[in-house]
Amino acid sequence: MTDHPNQARNGAFVLVGLGAALAIAVFFSPFASSDPDGLDRVSQDLGFDNQAQTDTPAKKLPFYGIFEEYALRGVPEAVATPLAGLIGTLAAFGLAWGAGKLLVKGSSNKAVDPDFPDRHSH
Amino acid sequence: MSNFAGSIFRGSLHEMLFPQLALHIPDGFLSLPVSLVTWGIAIALIATALDRVKGERQDQTVPLMGVCAAFIFAAQMINFPIPGGTSGHLLGGTLAGVLLGPWAGTLVMTVVFIVQAALFQDGGLTVLGANVFNMGLIGTFGGYYLYKVLRSSLGFNSWRGMSFGVTIASWTSVVIASVATAIQLALSGTVPLAVALTAMLGWHILIGIGEAIITLMATSYVWKVRPDLLYDPPQRSPLPRSLVQR
Repeated sequence: MTDHPNQARNGAFVLVGLGAALAIAVFFSPFASSDPDGLDRVSQDLGFDNQAQTDTPAKKLPFYGIFEEYALRGVPEAVATPLAGLIGTLAAFGLAWGAGKLLVKGSSNKAVDPDFPDRHSH
Repeated sequence: MSNFAGSIFRGSLHEMLFPQLALHIPDGFLSLPVSLVTWGIAIALIATALDRVKGERQDQTVPLMGVCAAFIFAAQMINFPIPGGTSGHLLGGTLAGVLLGPWAGTLVMTVVFIVQAALFQDGGLTVLGANVFNMGLIGTFGGYYLYKVLRSSLGFNSWRGMSFGVTIASWTSVVIASVATAIQLALSGTVPLAVALTAMLGWHILIGIGEAIITLMATSYVWKVRPDLLYDPPQRSPLPRSLVQR
């Protein structure tokens, strides 16, 4: 796998893509609009927002001791959401990569020429 | 909205009064039968994806799955304002489908919603099936196949065809997701269907425009720097046209 000529280019793309995602999660998250979003707004307007459970199953997980929604507990408020974003983005990255590593088995049989992309083995 | 410090303050105050729900359905909005049926549909599609993804190219698909999940998770945190005092954020199902195809795309979206529900209490665990279906699978399947048909109709190998397909498909996936959510709320007896449909469609027709812009920007970037990474890469002629015609 390491001798694949495309490997270095894929690595560069991963760095750029993951870097962009982390930058968005860390630097943009404090500026996200705090207006209620679609379903939130509708539930308030139509008066069923109070049907949302307060004591939800997710609050019984150990992660609730670490994060209160998108805020890391025990750190200054200014960095709570950026840090939650950082950790969440890395968690999504790692889990999806790991799932792919376990599940995806196909290989490319031909050398990849960028002018003749041959993506599909099926 | 005009000054950041103000919105940060307003943000934290608002968070205390109204926890953010997103299009993410919280526990308590759906009845048990509706939760179970949506869980069943989601699990069936995820199981199919687990099987079909085996055949994808490992060297390319695995890293792209990681990047795609990271980007969609991060982008979902960024609520953009909608006129009228509401906000929306990227769902990303169509984006995942365009980059990774329906199978790997489905697994990426499932990972994102699991992280949100388990780590950050965003979207109920009991209604995770509905959330994965509405915000993920409608995009990775419906959005992806609509994009493919539209792209083929306008020129499969042109940016014009790709961008047209991506724009229409991503907007449509958000609108359909809001319709699906309204139907689930109505079937659960939470709110009457006509009222739910009107309210959900009214906002999500606008939120879908944000989805289309972000999806178009992300796919255009990949088209420009690494078109071979798209699930359906454009086929380029082997030699520059001028040489071929000579």
